[in-house]
Amino acid sequence: MTNLNRRRVLFGGAAVGAGALLSACTSNTPAENTQVNTNQDTEANPNAAPGQKVIIGFSAPAADHGWIAAITNNAKAQAQAYSDVEFRSVEAGADAAAQRAALSTLIAQKPNVIVLLPHDGKELNAAGLQAMQAGIPVVNLDRAFPDPKAYRLQIKGDNFGMGVAAGTYIGEQLKAKGVAKPIIGEIPGIDSLELTQERSAGFKQALATFGFTVANRRPAEFTADSGQRAASDLLQALPKMDAVWNHDDDQGIGVLAAVNQANRKEFFMVGGAGSKAAIDAITADNSVLKATVTYSPSMASSAISLARLIGQGKGMSDLVELQVPKEITLASETITKENAAKYAKLGF
Amino acid sequence: MTDTVVAQQTPSPEAPKPERRQSWWKSDSAEPVRRNLGLVGVLVVLVIIGIVTRPELYGDATWVRNNIFTILQQASAIGVVTVGMTFVIIGGGIDLSVGAIIAVAGVWSTTLATQSYGAGGMIFTAIVVGVAVGLINGVLISYGRLVPFIATLAMMVAARGLAAQISGKQTQVSTNSTINGIATTKILGIPLLVIILGLVVAAGWVLLNRTTFGRRTVAIGGNPEAARLAGINVKLHTVFLYALSGLCCGIAALMLTSQATSAQAAMANLYELDAIAAAIIGGTLLSGGRGTIIGALFGVLVFSTITNLFAINNLSTEVQNMVKGGIIVAAVLVQQFRYKSLSNLLGRKTS
Repeated sequence: MTNLNRRRVLFGGAAVGAGALLSACTSNTPAENTQVNTNQDTEANPNAAPGQKVIIGFSAPAADHGWIAAITNNAKAQAQAYSDVEFRSVEAGADAAAQRAALSTLIAQKPNVIVLLPHDGKELNAAGLQAMQAGIPVVNLDRAFPDPKAYRLQIKGDNFGMGVAAGTYIGEQLKAKGVAKPIIGEIPGIDSLELTQERSAGFKQALATFGFTVANRRPAEFTADSGQRAASDLLQALPKMDAVWNHDDDQGIGVLAAVNQANRKEFFMVGGAGSKAAIDAITADNSVLKATVTYSPSMASSAISLARLIGQGKGMSDLVELQVPKEITLASETITKENAAKYAKLGF
Repeated sequence: MTDTVVAQQTPSPEAPKPERRQSWWKSDSAEPVRRNLGLVGVLVVLVIIGIVTRPELYGDATWVRNNIFTILQQASAIGVVTVGMTFVIIGGGIDLSVGAIIAVAGVWSTTLATQSYGAGGMIFTAIVVGVAVGLINGVLISYGRLVPFIATLAMMVAARGLAAQISGKQTQVSTNSTINGIATTKILGIPLLVIILGLVVAAGWVLLNRTTFGRRTVAIGGNPEAARLAGINVKLHTVFLYALSGLCCGIAALMLTSQATSAQAAMANLYELDAIAAAIIGGTLLSGGRGTIIGALFGVLVFSTITNLFAINNLSTEVQNMVKGGIIVAAVLVQQFRYKSLSNLLGRKTS
C-alpha cells in the first residue's frame, strides 16, 4: 500500500508539473490579418466624413474554418475604423436555431442595420423578414436569402464563377502547353453543400468549352487532414496528371502536403478562396500551386461599409444612384504569380 | 493471485491442444483466427475487384507497391486510435471522444508557443494532453459513475470546444521539419507512419494477450462484478483503459499533424465512428469481454482499401459510405450467426 502511495505521489507530482508546463503552451497570438479599407480621403470620397451615428448588429456562425473567422475579424476591424459606427456582435452558435434565437435578441436591441451571415440562407429567411418588418435594414452576407423582401442588400461571392475562373485558367494553360487530352483532377470541399455543387458545375462547364473533362473527383471536408487524405487518393488514382483544382486553400495545406509526400511535380494546381498562405506560395513559385481563384472574406469589410451608408441614407459615391444597390456579387478573380503582390493584402 | 483464475477462464489459443486438428479449428479459441481469415478474404476480394477494374494500374509493380503503402499510411492514424478503442470496448466501455482528443492534442501541440520548444516539445504536449484528457474520461466514468457513453459524449463536445478556443478557429500550420518529416521519412523503404502503426499494433497485441493488464481487461469487460470479487481494482483499471485510449489519440494526433503539416479544431472528424466500426467488424463485442487487436487492424485496412478502390475508379463517396455501412451490418450478422451456430454445436456435444 505504501508502495502504491509513493507511486501515486510521484505520478501526481509529474502530472502537476506537466500541467504547469502545458498551460504555458496555449498562448497563440498569430499576427492579425484583416482587410480594412475606409478610403479616408474625405475630398475624394465625401462618404468617408463622419456622419450620423450608426449601430450595426452583426451575426455570423461560430467559425470552424479560417474563412468564417476572417469574415468576423474583418467585420469587426472595418467597424472599428469608422468613428461613427458602433458594432454589436452576437454569437450565432452552432446551428440555424441558435442563430435565430441570437437574432431575436439582436432585433430587440434595435440596431440601425443588421449584417448577417446566416448558417443557411433558406433556414434563416424568416429571421431576415422579421428584422425587415421591424424596420431594420438587413445586409445579407454571402449565403443568400431566397426572398428578396428579407434583405435590403445582398452581398455575396460567386461560387459558380469561382469554378468558371478555375476551369478557364486550367483550360488556357493546358491549351498553351498544347496538351491534347489532359488528365484533370478535382478536390472539392464538403460535397453535400450547395456551394460545392455550384463550384463544381462552373468548373465542369468552363472545362467543357475547351473540350476537357474532369478525370477524377475526390471530395474533402474543408480541413487540412481531409485534404491530405483526398489528395493522396487522387494522386494514387491518377499516376499521371496535368492539372488539379482544389476548391479551398485551407484544405489546400493538406493537399500540398500530400503532393510533397508523394513527390509529384508533373502537374500544376489551382487553389480556391485566396488565403494568405496560398498567395505566399504562388509568389514564391516553388510548389505545384500556380494560381488561386478568389472568394474573398473582404466582402465582410465591404458589407460593414455599405451597412453604414444604408444607416446614414447615403449612396455609393461613384454611382449615380442616391441609395446603395440591392444586390452585389463579387467577381471571382484569378491570382497568379504576376498579380499576387496586388492581392497579398487581401489574403486571409 | 487472481490472475491465474482469470487465465484459466479464458484459455489462450495454444493452451488446450485437442487431438484432432479439425476440432481445434471448430473450437471457440479458433474463432478470432477464422474471423481474421474472413477479413483477409474480404481484402483479397477488394484487391481482385481493383485488378479487374483498373488492370493498367495494377500491371505496374511500382504503382502497386506505392498503392499498398498509401493504403497503409491512410490507415495509420485511425489504426492507432482503433487499438486504444479496442481496449476500451473489450473492457466494457466506449470512447466517443477520440476524434476530439486528437483535435485538442493536435491543436495544443501546434500552437506558436509549443512549436517554439521544437519537435520534443510538440511530441511531449500531444502525448501528455492525450493521456490527460483520457484520464479525465476515466475518472469521470470510474469515480464519477457516469455512463461511458455520456461521459465521452460530453468530452467530445468539450474537447472540440477547447481545441477551437486554443486555435482561435484557425488552421495552425506546423513549421517544424522534424514533425512534418514523419510523413515523408522511409526506413528500409517502409514509410515511418506504417512502422509506427506496426509498433502500436504489436504493443497492443502483447499488452492484451501476454500481460495481466490484458487479461484483467477481458475479465472486467466480460463480467465486472466477477472481476471485482476476484480482487481486480475495476475502477482504477477502467481509468487506465481510457488513459490508454487517450495515449493512442495523442500519437495519432502527431501522425495526422505530420501528414497534413497542420492541425485545426475540426481535424479527425468522425474518427470515433470509424474506430468503433473497425473494432466491431474486427470481431470486438460491443458489450465487452471479447475482441482482438489483429481483427481491429484488419477492420481498419478493409475500410482503407475500400476508400482506395473507390478513388481509383472515380466513384462517388456517397456510394462508398453506403458500402461501408453494409459491411458493418454484414460483419455483425456473420458474427451473430457464427456465435449462435457455434454455441448450438457445443451445446449438442456436451449434452
